[in-house]
Amino acid sequence: MMTQTRLVEVRQKVLKHNDVAARALRQRFHEAGIFVVSLVASPGAGKTAFLEEMLRGLRQRWRVAALVGDLATDNDARRLARAEVPIRQITTGTVCHLEAEMIAHAIKDWNLNELDFLFIENVGNLVCPSTYDLGEKLRLVLLSVTEGEDKPLKYPTIFHTGDVAILTKIDLAAAVEFDRAAAHANIQAVRPGMEVFEVSAKTGTGMDRWMRFLESTAGVKAKGDIANCSG
Amino acid sequence: MHELSIALSILDVAGEEVERRGASSLVGIHLKLGPLAGVVKEALLSAFDLARENTAWPEVQLQIEEVPIVAYCPRCQSRCGVESPQMLCCAQCGTPTGELVSGQELDIVALEIQ
Repeated sequence: MMTQTRLVEVRQKVLKHNDVAARALRQRFHEAGIFVVSLVASPGAGKTAFLEEMLRGLRQRWRVAALVGDLATDNDARRLARAEVPIRQITTGTVCHLEAEMIAHAIKDWNLNELDFLFIENVGNLVCPSTYDLGEKLRLVLLSVTEGEDKPLKYPTIFHTGDVAILTKIDLAAAVEFDRAAAHANIQAVRPGMEVFEVSAKTGTGMDRWMRFLESTAGVKAKGDIANCSG
Repeated sequence: MHELSIALSILDVAGEEVERRGASSLVGIHLKLGPLAGVVKEALLSAFDLARENTAWPEVQLQIEEVPIVAYCPRCQSRCGVESPQMLCCAQCGTPTGELVSGQELDIVALEIQ
């Protein structure tokens, strides 16, 4: 006799394991009072330079640390180590994105109570990281002026999962004839209401305004003047 | 591309359900996929063909139902379709809206088991 095939209804998220791990992380971060920010962008958008400037600015008043995801090499971690804060590299091998379990593993021996901010730099990729919750509080999507103002239209999903857009390398805007208005309009088309900051990690342009926003969003009180991030 | 990781997750989650229900075999998996899930249907289907080979059900089929983006329009005060994934505004009145009702699904909704 043939075995009967039956159709059963289920309701399961495909990424439920990641979602569960991300929820546990978020809870841990909340309990430790640490503000966690992730950065996503395509390769070469300037994530590491931007992060380095942020770390330098924040470390004067806050206890900060960073995790850096890359397919291979620890070049970014070594570069960020110049900011003299705890840095840990997550080398993903062939995996094109970070997952919540990788974060949990990377911080397992860190005392989160000793930190105010944790930054997570995702693998350079505008597609895959959008699907994975890392337990972060704020997700930044970086877009460099050299990439063209239509990037948001080409990768709407990543912008949709992001909280804040950062236009990087703004010092090169004129040289590459970057159409600011079009870039802002495209971001608003795919993510109505998204906050956008224009910065240059190289010249320091816009970094003060961004850092003020970050600190006020994090709900931490500045102990002194806003850090001078122009390095 | 991360479709192979997604395919492996689908088989993992489905496998747990099969075990939980005490079924002996898994014949099909029905998936709902939204345009904003960050997953490409064709790439997922090819990845799934590879991923299923190393499971107890190398013939298991994946059925993908693509669901549209539905948002809430603050002006019409009702659910609405949107122009496109690149233009999240109400298809009726054009008001921009980021309040999604659906479109990000990556859910297993049914299994065919024996």
